[in-house]
Amino acid sequence: MLETLLANYEEAVAVILFGIGLAMLLFQRNLIKKLIGMNIMDSGTFLFLASMGYIEGRDAPIIVDGVTDPSKYINPVPAGLVLTGIVVSVSVTAIMLALTVRLYKRYHTLQLDDIYLLSRHQMEDR
Amino acid sequence: MDFIVNFPLFTIVLSLFSGVLCMMLSGKNARRYTIVYECILIVLVSCVLWYTYTTGAAFTYVMGEFPAPWGNEIRAGVLEASIALLFLIVMLCSVLAGTHFLIDDIDESKLNLYFTLINLMTAALMAMTWTNDIFTGYVFLEILTLTSCGILIVREIGRTTLAAVRYMILNLMGSGLFLLGTVLLYDITGNLLMVPMQARIAELSQNPQNMMIITMSVGILTIGLSIKSGLFPFHYWMPDTYGWATPASGSILSSLVSKCYIFLLIKIYYRVVGIEVFEKMPIRYILLVLGMCGIVFGSVSAIRAGNINRMVAFSSAAQIGYIYMGIGIGGTAGYTAAIFHIMAHAVTKSQLFLTTPRLSEVSDRSLKFKNLRGSGIRDKNAGFFFLIASMSMIGIPIFAGFASKLLFGMAAAENGNSVLIAAVMLVLAASSVLNALYFIRTLLRIYDVSPSDLRVRHTRRPAYNAPMLILTGANLALGLASWFFAGLIGQGLSMFM
Repeated sequence: MLETLLANYEEAVAVILFGIGLAMLLFQRNLIKKLIGMNIMDSGTFLFLASMGYIEGRDAPIIVDGVTDPSKYINPVPAGLVLTGIVVSVSVTAIMLALTVRLYKRYHTLQLDDIYLLSRHQMEDR
Repeated sequence: MDFIVNFPLFTIVLSLFSGVLCMMLSGKNARRYTIVYECILIVLVSCVLWYTYTTGAAFTYVMGEFPAPWGNEIRAGVLEASIALLFLIVMLCSVLAGTHFLIDDIDESKLNLYFTLINLMTAALMAMTWTNDIFTGYVFLEILTLTSCGILIVREIGRTTLAAVRYMILNLMGSGLFLLGTVLLYDITGNLLMVPMQARIAELSQNPQNMMIITMSVGILTIGLSIKSGLFPFHYWMPDTYGWATPASGSILSSLVSKCYIFLLIKIYYRVVGIEVFEKMPIRYILLVLGMCGIVFGSVSAIRAGNINRMVAFSSAAQIGYIYMGIGIGGTAGYTAAIFHIMAHAVTKSQLFLTTPRLSEVSDRSLKFKNLRGSGIRDKNAGFFFLIASMSMIGIPIFAGFASKLLFGMAAAENGNSVLIAAVMLVLAASSVLNALYFIRTLLRIYDVSPSDLRVRHTRRPAYNAPMLILTGANLALGLASWFFAGLIGQGLSMFM
């Protein structure tokens, strides 16, 4: 069991990171911490992808010296997926930060529980 | 004729382009443009539906002419085309009927941005419906999440921002899990295109040892999409999100966005995992139980709600439960019922979300039941459309809601064991009673003649009545010709293989 984990330590770390991030996203009450959790979660997935694409002893898939044998290179697709994923993650973080700023301006706190309590009286209006 | 195979790609690319174009137009022009553009899309998708229906075969469009393992593909069959057509019709009706409220809720200078978001959302909905590549599905799923958050926060009151934050947090969790599931499946199969993935999974599933890892990956993916579509117990964000958004957004979010995630999930079960392999997994029983719980708890919450929008939103949670129950029942009949319910619910729920604000408008802008007394008389049109949609929700024959309940019952009877039949019938009966309870209660209130103020206050608004009549027509068509639509879905599902 331990040996399998050690042999695949990158994947193990990636899954642990994903778990930490998911737990932060769920249980933290502070909005900024929630966002940090989300980024950790995504990073975990990207690490998983990147480590899967890398093959020990091979080069980046850029043809130099005319070597066209695919067995000399690593798989470039996961790297492409990671890049796409990073772009998505950045844009999501940006929009969430913008929302956080808007909430902070209105309620002057970042604690989700407090914001919820403060917004309750608004609900009674209608 | 072969030119039609390009149309699915056009719907995506032109929508993205329209999104950018609307940013540069004025609010009014952006609205006009979007309406004309949606009509053009409806024509394009109708052509695709007609083409696939008459040829009786699905087609795959290879982008950039790169062959299978490398390129990106779009695939269109009868099912994709009919779902896309339904999405576009409901989208157009929501935008048309919701315009009046949009002008109230959104600053004039930002109106064009709303239509930018609507166009980007159309692109995402189309791409998720047509795609044949699971990672493209993920990218457009995120675009759909971002745009749905956008159309939620355009109404600048504190509650919508808070609702958007809660909506986004759950959605991000869902997206994260979906991405992890996708990555795991890629890891197992070495492919992102659905067809080679399915071939590889079918090969791997021969060995029982591999089943655990496949089940785990599909499970993670399922959790992600079920969080995003609001399956019990992840439904508590619904009332705030749907209830506080501007009516057009509420209607789009409840009837299109959550349905699109479920459609992607069904597509993954059929085209990535393979339905034979999926039926062996325990996941569908979990979905069945959660779906049933969702039906009951959603209805009970709807009864307890003190505000009409919250009631309608909680009933959405119950309807999502129905769809997952169909997936849980399994077999072609179960999936047919689930997809039929996606259609029935999309036309009904959008109508409900577009009538409640009009009822509240003639009741001092209050959504509370006690203030809504007599509102159906003060605004006759809205009252009538609410009545039609409520009857469909309760399951009165000739309306779509009845046909979908019938299909669920028949699906359970066809391929379930006796416990499953008993459970499904019990839940269907209980939910019909609960639905009847809260909708009839609401109808009695809005048609109450006791309030002193019963002046008819509705103004002539063809822009409101026409789309609502289209939705009513769609509702009746689904109800009256349910056998035709069920056959169409069945044909589409057989093309999915």
